[in-house]
Amino acid sequence: MSEPSGHALWQRRMMLAVLLTPALLWLFALIILPHVQLALLSFRERIAPRTYAASLMQYRTFFAEPLYWGVFVRTAIMSALATAMTLLVAFPVAWIIAKVARGRASSLLFVLCLIPFWVSETVRALGWLILLRESGVLPTLLVRLGITAVPVELLYHNATILIGLVYTSLLFMVVPLVSSLESLDNSLIEAAYNLGAKGPAILRQIVIPHAAPGITSGCIVVFMLTLGNYLTPNLLGGKNSQWFTELIYTQFIVRFNWEQGAAFGFLLLALSTAMVALGLRVSGQRFVDVMRRA
Amino acid sequence: MSTPDLSVDALDKRFADHVAVDRLSFAVERGSFFSILGPSGCGKTTLLRMIAGFTHPDSGDIRIGGRSMREVAPNRRPVNMVFQHLALFPMMSVGDNVGFGLARRGVNRTERTRRAAAMLERVGLAGAAHKRVDELSGGQRQRVAIARSLVLEPTLLLLDEPLGALDLKLREHMKIELKQLQAAFGTTFVYITHDQSEALVLSDHVAVMNRGRFEQIGTPQQLYYEPATAFVAGFVGANNRIAGRAVSVDGELVELLTPQGWTVRARRSGAIAAGDEVAAFVRPEVASIELDAGQLRPQMARFTGEVQSLLFDGANSAVLIVEQQSRFEFRVALPQTGRLADLKTGARVSFGFDPQRAICFAAAAAAAAAAVTAAVTAAGAGSAHV
Repeated sequence: MSEPSGHALWQRRMMLAVLLTPALLWLFALIILPHVQLALLSFRERIAPRTYAASLMQYRTFFAEPLYWGVFVRTAIMSALATAMTLLVAFPVAWIIAKVARGRASSLLFVLCLIPFWVSETVRALGWLILLRESGVLPTLLVRLGITAVPVELLYHNATILIGLVYTSLLFMVVPLVSSLESLDNSLIEAAYNLGAKGPAILRQIVIPHAAPGITSGCIVVFMLTLGNYLTPNLLGGKNSQWFTELIYTQFIVRFNWEQGAAFGFLLLALSTAMVALGLRVSGQRFVDVMRRA
Repeated sequence: MSTPDLSVDALDKRFADHVAVDRLSFAVERGSFFSILGPSGCGKTTLLRMIAGFTHPDSGDIRIGGRSMREVAPNRRPVNMVFQHLALFPMMSVGDNVGFGLARRGVNRTERTRRAAAMLERVGLAGAAHKRVDELSGGQRQRVAIARSLVLEPTLLLLDEPLGALDLKLREHMKIELKQLQAAFGTTFVYITHDQSEALVLSDHVAVMNRGRFEQIGTPQQLYYEPATAFVAGFVGANNRIAGRAVSVDGELVELLTPQGWTVRARRSGAIAAGDEVAAFVRPEVASIELDAGQLRPQMARFTGEVQSLLFDGANSAVLIVEQQSRFEFRVALPQTGRLADLKTGARVSFGFDPQRAICFAAAAAAAAAAVTAAVTAAGAGSAHV
């Protein structure tokens, strides 16, 4: 093909610009602009009514106050735990969808994973409340079956929060896992069997290395969603949840301390960025490859 | 004879609506190169997968090295397989691919590395152990796949059309290489293919498979010169298939008349009575072509016709002649001496063949082969000739 003429090239560029404009505007107006504003907020301090000065005080407060610290670390650990649990639950599901079930059965299983997301997260969390609260379905059942003498409160435990988070995140782990397992050539598994390997060795040496980008991408998405989740920990954990997003909410809405809230927000952003970088380093994956899977 | 490395006894496998393998029995001698040749869908892949243990037979037994494999899982069989698309592990280096099976057997790392390197050297890939699989060429990958299997010293190596994905030139080259590797290692190879040229060039023995059964097992020469059934005659090598009705049977010779009124004679194979539907098969190189009928050898049946097209393909060149009376299209190999090289389309020629070297089968079996024959002769201009 000959080189396009100057005019045609110019036309093509204009077309590209026109098509990209809405997305770029969106990105700039709703993501970059507020973040710049929040960054500026987080680096100032109110010294008198309507008088502000540049300062690192908001960040100092965070490090000086053990409660903030504690919640921050706790949120990170719980999120990592929820991510690991989601991976463990989602892997067999994804395996069955990608490799065992055929045709309609496979699509049906996929839809089953999707169905919970047809209702809003709030409704789903309220559903859990009905099941788990002291006068709810499950405690009553436990008493009927004679397992517990009196109804027990199943809400407001760490385990409850984790279960809720895993439930909420499952689909976001299953999707990249299915796509990466589907691309695994079955004859590789057969070849490994043929060369004398057993199940665990095949999983470790063939399946997991092949699915690594999918696993990493699922983990990143689930970890970010969990870390930034507000509703599920709040509803299922109640006052015990101590989720970092609740601290941010409190600063912005209850205490009207936007400066502190903005600083917390940036700390959360730094945390998730650091954890993602760590995850990529540990799994030896490249961000671009992983995101292509997501 | 020692115990055969592979013996299959009354093996049966049915899928929902068709029989993949139909009460099949055969044995493969130790150290030989055995091919199973058949069109796609004939059941050869199912057979291979049953030997490897990936598919369970409905009934019958498979013995490898004299031991029944009925209760033996695929990862415990003394059998290794070269897969159709090789199935090399892309997440591992070439050396780790070759050492994979050894690691599963608990061989320690130093020993593994040493044996993998030694095996790679034997297949002509010395020093490639550290390379990634995708850095290798198609032919080199082929050799890695074979090395990965042979390093485990299996009783039997199964090969599932491993040359299918290669381009023609490389395929020709790999054929020779495979044969040399097999001779060097002395391992029993069981090779499945739909390419008759691969089967004929490589094998000590070939089984021609059709609809779950073996039509014939024999040396490549037997299959080519003494096909047992019409299917084999049609599937192996190029052949002119002349279908018609037997007019008379005179000892070994059958005279047949085609619906277009062409009469030819051919040697009988199996029982044929006058009035039967029959098909005669004449190889293009069995027939001769001359400008003057007097030049044809005296024992030949003589016909005249018109050159319809010239199919030049070096040593495999042929002429398509339309028989004058019946308009039957007959393929004759061009003499390789270069004589008749100046033949033109439309030229009137004489052609003929020795009836003793044409084979006639009863049509019940011949009908089944018809479709395949047509396909093979049509596509047979190139490498299909042997």
